[in-house]
Amino acid sequence: MRHVKTTINGERSEFLCDDGQTLLEALRDVLQMTGTKEGCGTGDCGACSVVFNGRLVCSCLVLAAEAEGGQVETVEGIAEEGVLHPLQRHFLDEAALQCGICTPGFLVAAKNLLEQNADPTETEVRFWLAGNLCRCTGYDKIIRAVLDAAAEMRGETS
Amino acid sequence: MEYCTAHTVEEAVNLLSEKGLDVRVLAGGTDLLGQLRMGRVRPQRIVDVKSIPELHSIEKDEGGFRVGAAVCGAEIAEHSALCAEWPGVVEATELIGSTQIQGRASLGGNLCNASPAADTVPALIAAGATCRVIGPDGHRDVPVEEVASGPGKTSLAPAEIVAYFRLPRRAPRSGDAYLRLIPRTEMDIAVVGAGVSLTVGEDGLCTACRVGLGAVAPTALRVDEAANALIGRVVDEAALDDLAAAASSVARPIDDKRGTREYRIRVAGVLTRRAAKLALSRAEAQPA
Repeated sequence: MRHVKTTINGERSEFLCDDGQTLLEALRDVLQMTGTKEGCGTGDCGACSVVFNGRLVCSCLVLAAEAEGGQVETVEGIAEEGVLHPLQRHFLDEAALQCGICTPGFLVAAKNLLEQNADPTETEVRFWLAGNLCRCTGYDKIIRAVLDAAAEMRGETS
Repeated sequence: MEYCTAHTVEEAVNLLSEKGLDVRVLAGGTDLLGQLRMGRVRPQRIVDVKSIPELHSIEKDEGGFRVGAAVCGAEIAEHSALCAEWPGVVEATELIGSTQIQGRASLGGNLCNASPAADTVPALIAAGATCRVIGPDGHRDVPVEEVASGPGKTSLAPAEIVAYFRLPRRAPRSGDAYLRLIPRTEMDIAVVGAGVSLTVGEDGLCTACRVGLGAVAPTALRVDEAANALIGRVVDEAALDDLAAAASSVARPIDDKRGTREYRIRVAGVLTRRAAKLALSRAEAQPA
């Protein structure tokens, strides 16, 4: 077994894993952080999106051992002290989810976008989120929720 | 399976050289982790090369750009000087996968995975890129078109790795472009991909041209016949017709679910022509 020391959502974290295990498996099965979902397991659906060393990635395509010394941000780190992030509130208020499996990945990806671009166009949001698949909503509500959350974060609406 | 991190090229080569061990190089992992999951590869050791300085940096000097083989797509797209000088190479890189894939996938991985449809390879061939290959017997510089030897196969010797790509210094009034045809708007595998890089004089004559074609043969092709159709001529419709005909004539694609042989041959000419026009417009927009 490998002993990995990393930082997850700003807190130092250690876990044991096999060298062949993915970061997704370590998060879910070892650390019991089940907010990150497994969809395809092949990097196609984005359900397992996390931010790793500042880059949005599919955690199913990262080995857990690679997290040594790194920074991992997951959906569990988005709400602060029990207060939902504007993205989370807008997803709920605007019914941007149905079954919910894709939602953590969308939230992580959308938050990463808004950190780099506070005022994205609809096209930019759609392109950024094109690696996150949703089989329920038809995407429109998700895109609207992201744009509305971005507007709120810029102080344009409440 | 054992995971190892290499911090220098020498360390990577040593870790890759152990006799009798099936070892794979890990850069972005977007191809390798999928292959592991499918059971298509079962290595005993994985050597992570992302911590090696030469492999994860982009540098510019008198010789042009040096792009680390493990630099991810997002970092390439964020490099404004590289985008200004080699927009075709950058647009080919950006076409690969989603935002998540761009956060990991690398030029070295795209080349060494050796898919005939790899998007960056025709653009790199058109750019005249070479790669620095380092192995147990030292280093060598190899033109990009000589690395893949067939689908999933490379000409690299055991324990050799691609450390970085060298993009040559740009002559004034040069431009490059990469276009691919896919049946949807994003995130698909090329039916055909075409890269063109060219230089035009103030008099409108094309002084240099290189053409790369993807997904129309077992490996990406360097198409000198098409490039020669433009060199020494004004890039007008007649010259572009000759370029397109030459590109189609070298295409020897297969029929598959993405397109028929006949369709791909035709599209190879059409896309090469469009890429040449785009490269020309970029060259003409450059100061002399």
